[in-house]
Amino acid sequence: MRPHDFGIHPPLFYDLSRLANTMLNSSLKQLSALLAAKKISSVELTGEFLKRVKALNPDYNAFITVDEKMSLAQAQAADAMIASGQARPLTGIPIAQKDIFCTKGWLTTCGSKMLSNFVSPYDAGVIERFNAVGAVNIGKTNMDEFAMGSSNETSFYGPVKNPWDITAVPGGSSGGSACAVAARMAPAATGTDTGGSIRQPAALCGISGIKPTYGLVSRYGMIAFASSLDQGGPMAKSAEDLALMLNVMAGFDTRDSTSLQRASEDYARDLAKPLQGLRIGLPKEYFVEGMSADVARAVEAAIGEYRKLGAETVEVSLPNTKLSIPVYYVLAPAEASSNLSRFDGVRYGHRAPEYIDLNDMYQKSRAQGFGAEVKRRILIGTYVLSHGYYDAYYIQAQKLRRLIAQDFAAAFAQCDIIMGPTTPTTAFALGEKSGNPVQMYLSDTYTIATNLAGLPGMSIPAGFGDNNRPVGLHIIGNYFAEAQMLNVAHQYQQVTDWHMRMPDKLTA
Amino acid sequence: MQWEIVIGLEVHTQLSTRSKIFSGAPTAFGAAPNSQACAVDIALPGVLPVLNRGAVERAIKFGLAVGAKINSPSIFARKNYFYPDLPKGYQISQYELPVVAGGSVKIQIGGDGNECEKTIRLTRAHLEEDAGKSLHEDFQGMTGIDLNRAGTPLLEIVSEPDMRSSAEAVAFAKTLHSLVRWIDICDGNMQEGSFRCDANVSVRPLGSDKLGTRCEIKNLNSFRFLEKAIDYEAKRQIEILEDGGTIRQETRLYDSDKDETRTMRSKEDAQDYRYFPDPDLLPLEISADWIEEIRASTPELPMSRRYRFMARDAASYVAMLQEHLDIDFEADLHDWVQQTHREIIAPDTQKTYALSAYDAAMLTADKNTADYFEKVINDVGSANTKLCANWMTGEVSGRLHKEALDIAQCPVSPAQLAGLLLCISDGTVSGKTAKDVFDAMWRGECDGNADIIIETKGLKQISDAGEIEQLIDGILAANPQQVADYRNGKEKAFNSLVGQAMKATKGKANPAQVNELLKKKLGNL
Repeated sequence: MRPHDFGIHPPLFYDLSRLANTMLNSSLKQLSALLAAKKISSVELTGEFLKRVKALNPDYNAFITVDEKMSLAQAQAADAMIASGQARPLTGIPIAQKDIFCTKGWLTTCGSKMLSNFVSPYDAGVIERFNAVGAVNIGKTNMDEFAMGSSNETSFYGPVKNPWDITAVPGGSSGGSACAVAARMAPAATGTDTGGSIRQPAALCGISGIKPTYGLVSRYGMIAFASSLDQGGPMAKSAEDLALMLNVMAGFDTRDSTSLQRASEDYARDLAKPLQGLRIGLPKEYFVEGMSADVARAVEAAIGEYRKLGAETVEVSLPNTKLSIPVYYVLAPAEASSNLSRFDGVRYGHRAPEYIDLNDMYQKSRAQGFGAEVKRRILIGTYVLSHGYYDAYYIQAQKLRRLIAQDFAAAFAQCDIIMGPTTPTTAFALGEKSGNPVQMYLSDTYTIATNLAGLPGMSIPAGFGDNNRPVGLHIIGNYFAEAQMLNVAHQYQQVTDWHMRMPDKLTA
Repeated sequence: MQWEIVIGLEVHTQLSTRSKIFSGAPTAFGAAPNSQACAVDIALPGVLPVLNRGAVERAIKFGLAVGAKINSPSIFARKNYFYPDLPKGYQISQYELPVVAGGSVKIQIGGDGNECEKTIRLTRAHLEEDAGKSLHEDFQGMTGIDLNRAGTPLLEIVSEPDMRSSAEAVAFAKTLHSLVRWIDICDGNMQEGSFRCDANVSVRPLGSDKLGTRCEIKNLNSFRFLEKAIDYEAKRQIEILEDGGTIRQETRLYDSDKDETRTMRSKEDAQDYRYFPDPDLLPLEISADWIEEIRASTPELPMSRRYRFMARDAASYVAMLQEHLDIDFEADLHDWVQQTHREIIAPDTQKTYALSAYDAAMLTADKNTADYFEKVINDVGSANTKLCANWMTGEVSGRLHKEALDIAQCPVSPAQLAGLLLCISDGTVSGKTAKDVFDAMWRGECDGNADIIIETKGLKQISDAGEIEQLIDGILAANPQQVADYRNGKEKAFNSLVGQAMKATKGKANPAQVNELLKKKLGNL
């Protein structure tokens, strides 16, 4: 079902009180406890969130597809699991799924007209893992088309609005997921992050999100944008919730050759660790230019909190980080140009209604099916892989990618964790950058380097800027340091309440 | 002007894995369209390739068999182009760092006493996936797409431009064809497309060392087409050059109905495939242990087996290997050929047969034939080597050819043939009668048991001297005219008498004994 299909505008005075009062800010742990104690059933919980989606989505456009029937059937199955004592963490909890994850029986569009008719016949690895624990899919969230964008404005299904300010972008590409969690339309959501697509919208919407180490979460069934950079991860209200989500999402998948075969771990195990002696690296390059004053103030205040928690700070240097954006905009489009070749109108997806021959069918189907930003990146990618340009662009970018990774290795010799701003500014206005791709690309300036290096990165709420829009604190860990990063974030969230804030107008 | 033809081949061999190279779907030929294409093969959004270990193993096996270098790491790359039967819009292949680099193959060329060997160098062999099939007929102006073949593992073997005639190219293709079947990495079925060649053909003035402009002829799926296409193409190029024209580099198709090649696309239309390393597949690391494991499981190779069949003894076998395969046993103890044949070249071996070059080549044309031969020898003993070779290259091979059967499908088993050969060598049946016995065995009479067939049909050769003498006496008495003719110098009369003796015994009389006794009697009369 499309958003407009169920989009009969809600009654003006929809009663949000029940959910609002009891559960809007409940953690996943608290919701699990309520379900386990049979204070509420999954069907009821799911129903309540569905009502809220119905009420808010027409304004915020966070979901592309909602299917009450399918969600409630899953909730019913979850209730049976709970009743028979087979409950596992997240059983019965509604989770919003980014529309990039193939979900059996669900429209899976990747935010594109190209896939606007694609009902997936199979489940992505990540979806399978949520299904296995009995989590409920509450809907497929809106996103930039094929995850290419930083504002959610490239979606075929229209832009998502920022719950803190309906005139601002939610960030992207996982803007729908960020909005859904920020507006409390779902307790948690999935996202994917190729250059910042989890962290940047998390920052702009005032929620928490983590992009794990490359290879930790299966890419099977996650529609590829740039294979060597794409990584799925959770988006939620708190670090604790992220840990529980990551426990479900992470794990080896034989169907993904880049998936890492390692022992499973409990990402919540270190949450309570004190931060005494933690060495926080502050890259000097992050704090010189580009960052707006209000973001700088909030980040410095957050670092002040960490000092109070016993952490110390050291200045580190990431001299090649400034090359991240040019390197990324060679490599990501190169891979994308090839990854998106399968969308040719032959076997599934959009096919032009009229054409005269094969080439005409290809050209028309792709011209009609892809939006401007996707076309731009296919063109860039095709160009940099072309004969005579490959060495100058692709090979050169790969070399620089290695240098960028080496910067981090050197920095982590001096510190345990790296911090800085997630984004240079708070959420910008809808339409403000959509006409200027380079300005748009620069909004990922702090996040892209971690994707190039394959490192884990996260964003947590750290206050508000001058316009009362959220500021995100960026935390970069070493490879496989997710448990430590979540610990670092959790301790901060024990002494601050930024992550518990929600837009006034959305509370009951 | 005299022209030299220069040919290089690219051979696509379909590897005999049960499942596809990057998915778990089956590779069996001939299933209903699109019934053997899974989510990965049809390139649904989000699916990813996972490399089939069996395909890599077969590539390594080939590399070892041609003395090539096994690259580790080896890299998979995407070859990007649009076509409806290429579901991903790119083919996963290898570009830089193929799994097999270099190597060479020896071919036999010439004939009629001028046989000699020639080494054809290999450039590389790389793994890749096959595309699906576009079916342009039966769809009323539309095109049908069958993706069963999509993702089938291929090893593309690329030679250096070392061949100088269509005959050499065919010899090379046949040698490769035999080799890939011998080491069991490809079923070699050319009708089903398991083995198909592209030929790069150019010509140049004899004596020139500069390569001419080449044309590539695509998809030649029989040795005969390969030969004809090259001959046609070389002739075409020579005619153009002799008329003062120039050759355009292009890809051409061979039309077997018209026996001609024609332009498919010129170099100017050549696509830019935008190769780059596939980010979905990590560099392929091949451990030395794995290579050793495969080495140990690879059978004795056709070339060395042929030399062993020709050798008189172990020493001459080793000498042949050293001479022809350029193996220095002292220097290179780890050389694979030596490893595989350590047992055979041990001094106490008896497994050499002193066969002629012709017999040895025939009997090692494929592994099953060679195995069959050695099984028979195992039963009949080395004293009957020549007899066995004659039967296999004569009666057995002729019959198989006539009925279009493979040696593996031969209705007469090695043990059964051995039974018959023993009856020949001990004089139980004559060579001529043996052919009738063989016919009966072929039809499966008496469970193919030669002894029982001879017994029940009464085909046993009469070798009893007394019995034959009695018979001859009778014939001489009944044919005074012939006896007289013989005496008068008519040699033909003698043959007539022999014929009568054979006829009277329905061919069972031992012909040598009949001859001998008849001569004796006629001399004494």
